[in-house]
Amino acid sequence: MDDDVTTGRGPLFSDPDPDRARAFFRSKRVALSEKVMSVDQAVSTFVHDGDYLASGGFGTNRIATALLHEVLRQEKRGLSFAGHTTTHDFEILCAGHVRGPLLARVDAAYIVGLEARGLSPQARRVMQSGDVEVCEWSNYALAVRLRAAATGVPFLPMRSTQGTDTFRFSASKTVECPFTGRPLAAVPALYPDVAFIHVHTCDPLGNARVEGISVADADLARASKRVILTTEKIVSVDQTRESPQQTLIPSACVDAVCEVPYGSYPGNMPGCYFSDEVHLREWLAVERDPNELTAFVDRLIYETDSFQDYLEASGATHRLAELEAIEKGG
Amino acid sequence: MAGRDYNAIELMTCVAARFLEDGATVGVGTGAPCAAAMLAQKTHAPGLFVVFEAGGLGPELPAMPISVGDSRTSHRAVMATSMADVFEMCQRGLIDYAFLGGAQIDVFGNLNSTVVGPFEKPSVRFPGSGGGNDFASFCWRTMVMTEHSPRRFVETLDFVTSPGYLSGGRAREAAGLPSETGPYRVITDLCVMGYGVEGWMEVVSIHPGVTRQDVKEATGFSLEIPEGVAGTEAPTEQELHVLRTDVDPTGVVIGRGS
Repeated sequence: MDDDVTTGRGPLFSDPDPDRARAFFRSKRVALSEKVMSVDQAVSTFVHDGDYLASGGFGTNRIATALLHEVLRQEKRGLSFAGHTTTHDFEILCAGHVRGPLLARVDAAYIVGLEARGLSPQARRVMQSGDVEVCEWSNYALAVRLRAAATGVPFLPMRSTQGTDTFRFSASKTVECPFTGRPLAAVPALYPDVAFIHVHTCDPLGNARVEGISVADADLARASKRVILTTEKIVSVDQTRESPQQTLIPSACVDAVCEVPYGSYPGNMPGCYFSDEVHLREWLAVERDPNELTAFVDRLIYETDSFQDYLEASGATHRLAELEAIEKGG
Repeated sequence: MAGRDYNAIELMTCVAARFLEDGATVGVGTGAPCAAAMLAQKTHAPGLFVVFEAGGLGPELPAMPISVGDSRTSHRAVMATSMADVFEMCQRGLIDYAFLGGAQIDVFGNLNSTVVGPFEKPSVRFPGSGGGNDFASFCWRTMVMTEHSPRRFVETLDFVTSPGYLSGGRAREAAGLPSETGPYRVITDLCVMGYGVEGWMEVVSIHPGVTRQDVKEATGFSLEIPEGVAGTEAPTEQELHVLRTDVDPTGVVIGRGS
């Protein structure tokens, strides 16, 4: 181990320059425009091959499942991805590799695993192939990278990762603190091209509220050039204006709003429904055999037209009442 | 552990819980560390403050969480916040303990949870740091609960994901990590280990029915076992009762033990 390393050797997959980001944000005039559309329209309009994508929530909690499925259906290629606390979201994107190279570059803080549920065989195949470029980070490092972008500065300092291979294989640099003289890790701003975030309620302009933990979504929405929200429910702008302090994501950041009830399924939605552990286990089980996985995603994603169809094809519609009961019961 | 009325996971959980004193703050994940924190709360440490990296602060856990970000981790919490807020509490020095995991650990308590084999084309890709590196960098005292085998306790890590004492001595401070932080205890199915002044792992106590030879054979590096090392106190009836009936009644964590 080389304790003296001052520049991470990892590749930087996105441009941290705040002036180029400002030029983009200057052109973005969406604060008071209505932007309700379908999931397929949002993904075809705002996600392009080669884009840098980030997904909100926490892996199996408040994730934008419908948008991730649609990326597969539209067979997007060569994406970069922020693997920040990603579990089932990452698993879905890796499943898209049954049809071709969906992911090309990954900023990895947490990938491949589904926490206590185990590792995803398909995500391991994709990440062990050598075909996807990887840069290492910690969860806090990626959160700080989004914070830097949300702040509008090219980097922010932090103290973790120093002295480890997680730093050495990142794109951080060591800087000397101008006040204490001690070393700090400077992490570059991350401006994703597009972010997917699922929320509890949102008005047609995109002013969004969530219940429970916010993870990194306040910063993710501000850092991203384009933001697609899915929401359990669309509410009126009046409701936003009656208690504006509850807005987590302001409409000025948001490009598309899609109403998708049960949109975090099979993930957990705080206060609404718990994760479907049966379905999540099924995913992990079918992934052991690539042919089974292909048949599974063909049936549930590629050959369905919408998230509603997925809920029906997967049998979820029969389990939702139980998942709601588990959530309400603690 | 034939002949005893507890399994390895139960022993490890009870031992880990004893290290968490009342009034302390602890960052936990799912599984055994979470069970240990819950057991401490329900026995000697009702004022233990639990934080989850995804944003749950001080929850009253209704059941064992499946994800560190599921809604149980903020059930009746004092705050549901952001991940950066949680790690910044750690970075400011507010969090005493954290539990960490990994596929490999070395004599300095450094952890690998990233890859086995070459980085560019690994033979096994693991999740990576997650919040592990951040907890390991910031918290005053970190603990590991793991199975004790030569595959895990290795001479050289394939990848240093999260910092222990790095190369020992003052290496953490030299690298820029907060001073006086670092690994504190490793709790396995065979023994409890701590660290000497230069950051080398050493055995603190050996579990009932386990020999010094068992520990040596299960460790892939040269491990200091002091003469006359203590025996680990077995779980009490009260600890086991609370663990089985109140902390993990469905056995999702403790049922996995041997």
